[in-house]
Amino acid sequence: MNPKRKQRLALVGALVTLVAVAVGLMLMALNENINLFFSPSQVAAGEVPDNHVFRLGGLVENGSVKRRQDSLEVEFKVTDTAHNIPVVYTGILPDLFREGQGIIALGRLNGSGMFVADEVLAKHDENYMPPEVAEALKAVDTSPGSMPLSHPGQGT
Amino acid sequence: MIPELGHFALIIALSIAIVQGTLPLLGVWLDRPGWIGVAVPAARAQVLFLAISFICLTYAFLVDDFSVAYVASNSNTAQPLMYKISAVWGAHEGSLLLWVLMLGIWGLAITLFSRSVPEVFTARVLAIIGLVGVGFLLFTLGTSNPFDRLFPAPMQGRELNPLLQDPGLAIHPPMLYLGYVGLVVPFAFAIAALLEGRLDSAWVRWTRPWTNVAWMFLTFGIALGSWWAYYELGWGGWWFWDPVENASFMPWLVATALIHSLAVTEKRGTFRSWTVLLSIFAFSLSLLGTFLVRSGVLVSVHAFATDPARGMYILIFLCVVIGASLILFALRAGSVSASAKFEWVSKDTLLLLNNILLTVAAASVLIGTLYPLFLDALGLGKISVGPPYFDTVFVPLMLPLLFLIGLGPLARWKKDRLPRLAAVSRFTLPAAVVLASIALGLLGNLSDIMVWLGLFMAFWIVATALWGVGHQMRGKGARGLSFGFSGMTIAHMGMAVFVVGVTLVSAYDIERDVRMAPGDSIDVRDYRFQFEGVAPHQGANYRATRGTMHVYRDGERVTTLYPEKRYYASQQNPMTEAAIDAGVTRDLYVALGEPVGSGAWALRVYHKPFVQWIWFGCLMMGLGGLTASFDRRYRLAHRVPATRHAGTAPDAAPGVPEGARG
Repeated sequence: MNPKRKQRLALVGALVTLVAVAVGLMLMALNENINLFFSPSQVAAGEVPDNHVFRLGGLVENGSVKRRQDSLEVEFKVTDTAHNIPVVYTGILPDLFREGQGIIALGRLNGSGMFVADEVLAKHDENYMPPEVAEALKAVDTSPGSMPLSHPGQGT
Repeated sequence: MIPELGHFALIIALSIAIVQGTLPLLGVWLDRPGWIGVAVPAARAQVLFLAISFICLTYAFLVDDFSVAYVASNSNTAQPLMYKISAVWGAHEGSLLLWVLMLGIWGLAITLFSRSVPEVFTARVLAIIGLVGVGFLLFTLGTSNPFDRLFPAPMQGRELNPLLQDPGLAIHPPMLYLGYVGLVVPFAFAIAALLEGRLDSAWVRWTRPWTNVAWMFLTFGIALGSWWAYYELGWGGWWFWDPVENASFMPWLVATALIHSLAVTEKRGTFRSWTVLLSIFAFSLSLLGTFLVRSGVLVSVHAFATDPARGMYILIFLCVVIGASLILFALRAGSVSASAKFEWVSKDTLLLLNNILLTVAAASVLIGTLYPLFLDALGLGKISVGPPYFDTVFVPLMLPLLFLIGLGPLARWKKDRLPRLAAVSRFTLPAAVVLASIALGLLGNLSDIMVWLGLFMAFWIVATALWGVGHQMRGKGARGLSFGFSGMTIAHMGMAVFVVGVTLVSAYDIERDVRMAPGDSIDVRDYRFQFEGVAPHQGANYRATRGTMHVYRDGERVTTLYPEKRYYASQQNPMTEAAIDAGVTRDLYVALGEPVGSGAWALRVYHKPFVQWIWFGCLMMGLGGLTASFDRRYRLAHRVPATRHAGTAPDAAPGVPEGARG
């Protein structure tokens, strides 16, 4: 092998290694930062792994929103019409947050079964229903008792 | 009548595009000069009819012709004139019309500014642009005709989405589209070169200025979108790694790689196949972006279309374009590639690293954006990939890239020596270390290593850029500064300014979500915010609840901010309108949350240090790209006599003190 070819081979080798490392890091980052979606029925069935950040989606139950008078803490229930999960959130809710509206909350369950949200999302369209929420509601509608959504195992 | 005229003009434009896309290619193949000559007049005629069509739609908006379904759903009589015009591209159908119009304008520009390019080559380029035009015009006419009538016509239209009623958003889509669509030019040049089997330095000189200008528009478009999100969405972030943002960011990353790889191909004749491949990828990613945004697979403020036929059409179009280009590439790339030797330590190697880092970055964004869609399509569950993923992947990729921005321009082509590189950075490197430490000492805490790294990179880029300017001017004065060199320097300094903004705002911004009753005040850093309560306010086509917030510093009134909650007639929900006092070293940001009883409100009170530098940096980057495209050698290539010295470079002067200010 002449030196030029050797050099080129080394270059290719270095590139492949670099790309492999980059892809490895990427997949690791991806694995640590994906958030699975669960519906209230799935949460009620105990499908969520302990101490795991996930997204909870459903409708804000009518008459469930309670605001504390001295802070920005607010409590409400998210329902898929079969089950509901109490949610607590401290901060400013999005403009489109209303009772009966489809929302997605990101956070984790605490010891007493309360979902502590870090973030509450409601998209900027009054007709908008998050697709996950729409599907979860449909699943409850059509086949009560069955698991509305599949999910890829336990995550991280 | 007028809308029918617009519709008819669009059909004529399609017919012309079909001719433009086929006849010249056949002409080259069968050696019929007459057919080849069709390309230029066809491209000009096509843009004429597209413009007529666009004007007809605009006219329908101006006269409130609600018998046109698209007008009725995006405008009403109370809408201010500016938003009647911007509503033309405010939703799906009209934005497609804008897209094809932009495509036509780029074609027209080629007929005007590429006179020195051989006729056969121009004909091929225009034919390829024509074929892309056929694809999009068929899509527009077939699935998204903006001129569809509505019977019976309603008395009043709905309204443009209030989020889009904003001056920034009025010009964001045209800018972004000019950039997106502009990437068709390097793509068409690359395909034409593959068809011709010839990739010489003349080809690169023709395509470089076009790539720069398209890149500039893309940069401005993305920056405007980010700026809009910052002040209009009401929660003060400037980038959310939203899939729709990613859709425009991926072509930007690849186009940035392309600009640099074109430099190597022009100067050294190497990287040819890679450059062609990047041209194909850049345009493919802008098509992919269109697919993601227009197909409804992504849900966001941008995703207007939820008609599956539309998504399917674009997906098939995407596959045809990418598939055909890659097959052509596979067949022809072998015959055009050339090898030239370069040493390990050389500008060539550094630019190779630049390209690797940028394409890996683009790939990481692509994975993060598409992975949830794949899992969903395969029925493996619904996930979302959040900003932490992108932050984790991006920072390690960008830090070496930033270091290279400083080092690359100092290095010599083909062969350099490490001792020489060390010698030329013997002042700049310590200067950057010292300045970063001083700046960090003034602004924050010396133990913030990531902030230090960010500031160091910024100072390093500025210091090496200044060194480069000094080196170029040695013995020659300002004549030593070509437009190409000045443009590069301005763009690189813009990156430094951008990095300062990003670093400082992500490390030191203060976001307080608080409950405030009238008369309450809170202190955020050096400022005291005093809330005076809210009062009703009447706008042009909305009514609002307007808050009053006095801001004091050291007992003196700095400003008074008026954040609003707006209620538009057509919408049930309020819109948050943040109030911002923008400044060089900080923005003060106040937004109304919601009433929380007895006159008190939930409020966002933010202090955002150096946040404006983010967009100012983007502005510099874009202007740098523009400056570089005026370089003398491109004008020589166009056989236009150089009437003035390329060396005067007045544009370089403002960039230097701006960048050095940090």
